[in-house]
Formats: sequence, C-alpha cells, structure tokens
Amino acid sequence: MSLNILAVDDSKTMRDLLHAALAPQGFDVSLAEDGVHGLETLKEMTPPDVIITDINMPKLDGFGFIEGVREQQNYRGTPILVLTTESAPELKMRARDAGATGWIVKPFDKDKLIAAIRRVAN
Amino acid sequence: MDPMEEIKQMFFVECEELLEALQDGLEQLLEDPTEAETVATIFRAVHSMKGGAGAFGLEDLVGFAHNFETVLDALRSNRLEPTDEVLTELQRSADILNDLVYACKDGTDFDQSRSDAQIVKLQALLANEGPAEASADEPAPVAEPAEVEEAGEGSSFTNYLVKFKPHSGLYERGSDPALLIRDLCELAVEGQPADIECDISAIPEIEDIDPGQSFLSWEIRIKSEATEAGLAEVFEFVEGDCDLVISAANVLAEPETAETEAELEVDVPAPKPQAQADSTPAQVSDAPADAPTALADPEKPASATPAPAAAKKPAPKTEKAREPAKGGGNATVRVDLDRVDRLINLVGELVINQAMLSQSVVESGLANSTSIAVGLEEFKHLTREVQESVLAIRAQPVKSLFQRMSRIVREAADATGKKVNIVSDGEMTEVDKTVIERLADPLTHMIRNAVDHGLESPEKRTAAGKDEVGTVSLIAEHRSGRVLIEVSDDGAGINRERVFQIAVDKGLISPDAQLSNSEIDNLLFLPGFSTAEKVSDLSGRGVGMDVVKRSIASLGGRINISSNPGKGTIFSISLPLTLAILDGMIVSVGSETVVVPLSAILEMLKPEEAQIHPLGSGESVLQVRGEFVPTIDVAYQLGFGPKLENYNDRVILLIETSDGGQRALVVDSIQDQRQVVIKGLEENYGEVSGIAAATILGDGRIALILDPDAIVNDAQGGGPTHNSSFALAG
Repeated sequence: MSLNILAVDDSKTMRDLLHAALAPQGFDVSLAEDGVHGLETLKEMTPPDVIITDINMPKLDGFGFIEGVREQQNYRGTPILVLTTESAPELKMRARDAGATGWIVKPFDKDKLIAAIRRVAN
Repeated sequence: MDPMEEIKQMFFVECEELLEALQDGLEQLLEDPTEAETVATIFRAVHSMKGGAGAFGLEDLVGFAHNFETVLDALRSNRLEPTDEVLTELQRSADILNDLVYACKDGTDFDQSRSDAQIVKLQALLANEGPAEASADEPAPVAEPAEVEEAGEGSSFTNYLVKFKPHSGLYERGSDPALLIRDLCELAVEGQPADIECDISAIPEIEDIDPGQSFLSWEIRIKSEATEAGLAEVFEFVEGDCDLVISAANVLAEPETAETEAELEVDVPAPKPQAQADSTPAQVSDAPADAPTALADPEKPASATPAPAAAKKPAPKTEKAREPAKGGGNATVRVDLDRVDRLINLVGELVINQAMLSQSVVESGLANSTSIAVGLEEFKHLTREVQESVLAIRAQPVKSLFQRMSRIVREAADATGKKVNIVSDGEMTEVDKTVIERLADPLTHMIRNAVDHGLESPEKRTAAGKDEVGTVSLIAEHRSGRVLIEVSDDGAGINRERVFQIAVDKGLISPDAQLSNSEIDNLLFLPGFSTAEKVSDLSGRGVGMDVVKRSIASLGGRINISSNPGKGTIFSISLPLTLAILDGMIVSVGSETVVVPLSAILEMLKPEEAQIHPLGSGESVLQVRGEFVPTIDVAYQLGFGPKLENYNDRVILLIETSDGGQRALVVDSIQDQRQVVIKGLEENYGEVSGIAAATILGDGRIALILDPDAIVNDAQGGGPTHNSSFALAG
C-alpha cells in the first residue's frame, strides 16, 4: 500500500531523515521547506494521504500551514501529523486547534513514525 | 556510505549554516534587541540543531541546545528582557554551541564543564525572570510504545471494555475512527479477535441529521496483554476529541458489569467536551468552541455549515503577516571542492594552451588583421573571463572568518579582564577559500595580540582620557586586484623604546643600531621576539609575529605594521585574490625567463650610469628621486651567472618589500606582461629559496616565479644562494 506523503520541515537534515525513513516503505514522499512552500507543493502534487509538518519554520509556521491546509475544502479531512521536539502540551493543543490530527515527537524513530502514519491513514 | 551517516554529514553542513545564521542574528540583536523576527530566526536555528542532534543521538548537543532554546523561547515570548547581560550570555552560549557542534562533527572530546557551567548561567537568567516554567519542559520523549508489547511477557491477559464516542472535532482534525479501532484491535490476544459493537441509537431522524455532527459510538470488548495505558495510547491523538472509557473486566462473559470495576478515564471532559481546549493559553483560533455548542443546541441555525471553515479565517492572515520581511535567501548548489579545483586546473591548462596558440600564430607570421588573429584575440578575452568566473566559484566572503574573530576578541577580553568592542567592515569582501582558511591562524594571533598587548587596561585607558572600552577593528576591502585586511586597535601603540631594548637584549640588533620608527616596529616580526614580559596564557604560546608574517607570505601576501603612540596600532595584510593565477611581468635573467609578480613592482626603469652608486664590497645603490635604493643582481642572486660589472643596458624593477622599503632588482630585459598559472614547486620538486613557484609559458617552456621578499632577504642575509644549481627545462 503506497501512500502519498507531504513532509514540510525547514531543516534539511529532518527532511532527509523523513525521506530516508519513509521512501523504503514504498511511500511517495514530497518535501517542502516551509509553510508557504508546503502550500505551494500541495497544489502541485497528487493529493497526499498524510501531511507531516514541523512547527517552527520561517515564512509560515506549522500552525499557519495547517490552517492553510484545512481552509481548503479538499483537504479538510487529510490527516496532518505535527513534528515537534516540544512535548509541551500547550504546543500540541495549539496544533490541534489549528487542525492537526496527531503529532510525532522528535527525535522520532522510524517505527514510531510509521506507526503514527498508519494510525491516521489507510 | 551508510545512508544515516550520509545524512549525519549533511546535518553538520546544515549546522554550519545554522551557526552562521545564529551569529548573524545575535549581531542584529545587538543593534535592535526587540526585533521579534530576529529572535524567531535565532530560535529556529538552535531548534533545528537540537532536532537534528536528537536524531543522531548527540545527547550533549541536544541537552545544551535545549537549555539555550529555552532561554530564546522566553525571549521570544517576551518573558525575558533582552538586557545586555542576557545578550552576552546568548553570545557565549552560541560560542559553546559552535564548539559542541564541531566536537561532535570531528568526534573530539568536549570539555563538559564548560557547557554545564553555561547551562547554569542560562537557567539563572530564567530564574531571574519569573517562574522558570520552561526549564521543566524536558526533551523527554513521550511514552515509549515499546513498553506496551513488553508488558505482556509473562502473560497475564486482561479483558477490557472500551467505550469510544468521537466528537465532531475528531473528524475535523482528520482522524478516522475506523483506523483507531483497527489499531486497538491489533492489541488483541491472538486468536481472540475483539468484539466491536457500533451504537447507532443517537442518530436522529433523517431530517434532523446535521452532517457536521458525530452520532456514532462504539463499544469494543477486547482481550489483551496490554495495560490500560497501552490501550489508551491508541487514542493519544484524539484526546479531548472523544469520550473514552477503558475499563478492565476480569470476566469476559459478563461485560455488562465491567464498568463498575477499576475504571481508567482518559481525559473525559464530560459536560463540555471542548473545555480543555478552551482553557489552553495563547489560543490562535477559537474555532473548536463552535462544535460543542452545536452539539448541545441542535436548533442553532448555522450548524449545518461545517464549523471549522468559517471560524478560522482570521488566524492564517496574522500568521502570514508576521513574516513579510524575511528575504528569499540565495539559491545555492553544493559542489565538491575537488570538482571545482579540477575545473580550475583545466582552465589553467586552457590559458596555457591559448598562450601557446597565440605564440604559434605570431611565429607563423600572420598579420594582426587576419581573421585568425582577430578570432584569437576574442578567444583570449573569453578565456580570461572563463578563468575569472571559475575562480569566483572558489571565492568566499570573509564574513565567516570575521565572525570567528569577533569570538576570539570576546574570549580574549574575558581572559584579560579588558573591555573590548569589535568593529568589522567589508565582511562581504570575497577571497579564495584556501586563503580564508589559511588566514584564520595568523589572524587569530593578531587579534589576541591586539587585545592582550595592544589595548590598555580599563584603568589606564580612563587615566589617558580614553573610553574605557577599547576597540579592535577588522576591515577587509579589495584594492587594485588584491585584498587588504586591516587589524587595528585603539590602544597605546608600540612602545618603541621597549621594543628596541628587547631586541638588543635578545641579541637581535646591536645596541648602537640607528633604526627608523618603521624599522623598530618591524622588529616585532623577527623570529624569537616577544614583548610580553610575563608570558600571558593568551598570546604567549610560542607563536610570534614571525610566524604570522611567514604564513601571510606563504599566501603570497605582505604584512605591514604602523603604530601611533597613544593612539593605537594597525596591521595591514595585503593578499592575492587567488592562489591559482598571478599577474606577472615576464623578464629575462641571464639565459632564463623569470616571472616577477606584478603586485610587487612599483616601477620599471632603464638606469643612467650616473644613477648607480657603487658601495664597497661590490654592492651598489640606485639613486632615484633623491633616494638611495639597494640593488640586487637577480641573475647572480639566483646563481644563473657571475656578478655583473655594470648595469648598462639592463632594466631595473623597483619593488616594495614587506617592511615598506624598496629594492632595485636588476634584470636583463622585459619580455611581456601577462597572467600566468601558478604551478607549485614544493610538491613536485622542493622549496627553492627566492622562488615562489613555476609556470608554463606560451612556448611550453617553464619559467620560475620570483618571490621578491625572499630574494631581498637572501640578499640581505649576505651573498647569493648558490645552494641550488637549478636547471631549467627548455
């Protein structure tokens, strides 16, 4: 089962890690560098089954990006996982208020990441 | 390479960029400490490093970055004032973070006590400003899902009843109850699948159905090895978006009674399902508030429209508006340096090839107006442009170097207890990468010297009527095809009496030597000279200014010193833009062809006999505009031939030496002026005194490139260097 995944993170290392973890699973991974780029990429790609996004990013942060995604009728139900190093409940709540489905705490291990994706996407 | 190792290497490359962004940000912060965007950028830089470091298990780096980030977060959310003290600590933290990153990268040891001490300081900053809430938020990973599986060893199964009623918010956030239930069912004991029952009793009559609402709920009976918490973890993402009751029942046959036993409630905000969300501080959007209201009040007319869309509009706008200023950043490509060097080498060959071609055209006797000659001229231009463009790839702004130096100044200031301000200018001046790398050590030494020896103590400065904060400036600029770097301080200047005395004491000069001010200043560059009476731990490390001078000279550069008592000292370094190409004057010396770097030549002249004044011992001076300049017979000096009897029909190149003096180099004739590609001698042959390198001329012959300073030193050192009978090819 191949899923289309959009991963948004301003850190190249993190994008590389996400790609390295997901691509071998047969997932089709598109990468974007910040919220604005993420929204642009979303327009161009096959509609993703899951979106993964960082919170702290230049230009448009994760909260803004999630809201930008949820504003679009087509993506109201697309699962969005937030990447966060902060396990602070406050940030999780903010992300949820913006419309995030769940979160992945960095540093993630591959299995946890995939488990989280499987939990939100078919 | 292992893909993880590869990503790790990329991580360190990214760290270098992030560290630079961090440094830039901190400098901007000094100018405007309240700029929110700068603080956010700094925060992101540290945050990204922490994130990556965590992925590679670099615990020390994570720990330090975390504390650093916590303070930045406090600053970002205005819980901490950007006082001078705070900014200083941020700067120090950035320095330590820098060292930590490099220690991790190179696998070297890092003095843990340094980072620990700084962590204490960072935490103290937060302790000052209200409750240190942030320090509590550890980078602690969330509960390991692994423990769920492990708990089952020794197998005691429990029967559970899970009641699950999603709220509309669960759907709005993209969760799917089917997937959650599937996940839950995977926890069931093998061979005993869970029993799932859907309760549809809440669905109203069809005309009353609101598509935005949730009416379904489920009861799942499951026998599992997992703990209650393990089961609850499946619903981690939907906490607050559902009613969830997990109860353990020992007798599966009587599930109805199960509820009364050992209940675990996972976040069931019963009366107002969204109460928790509402109470969180710093809410961006109040959208979720709509959902429960709609649920409680089915008559609400607007409830048919999906709640989230309407309520959330204003929020993204503010997010977008926050970041308009941030520049697009330069698009860059990473290229292996070896490839660039290969390209540069090839272009070098191209230049030589073009020169050979030009030569053959000349030799074939074609007129300048022929299309071949015209085309060749065009080719020459293009070659030169290609060459410049290729060299520009290797060029880098000196900024990174200067940033390191501002750090050296801070450290030196701390170590000496002096107050120092660093001013830098021309950071974007570009120089060859190798030059920048090899400049770091000499510059570090000069900067340390400037703070340690150059600047006075705050008390002395105040007594002298100066600002107690000393200034060290670092300036870079392009000047006539070379790069000029100036290191200056506004300290006491060179104490010439003392310098003279020390030189005498150390036997470097005789006590009755008559030296000009500039000559005394230049004594500092003599090997074995050190003015510090007590060796301070800062600059007295056995490296003297002589080493600095030698490193600069090895880069084809020159260093000058000028000092003004009471006002300060200026060291200026002049460097070539590249180490690959040289603008040279091609001259004949004896039967050989020699290249003299154009940058060294002040003027060329044909001497009148009357201008040459012989001294005793076969030496002579050239009189030019009232000054007497010692002459050097290049052919004799290099061992090409006997000493000339007279300089009739010879050409003199007036050159400037690194100490600001002049010398007259006597050569036979001038052939041409052109760019030559430098081919190192040291690798292929060995070091030859007086010779910097070699090159290949248009006719395929090898010519030596003169090292003017070395030849002047050799001449002063008495006698020619006949140590090498250097045979030339061709």
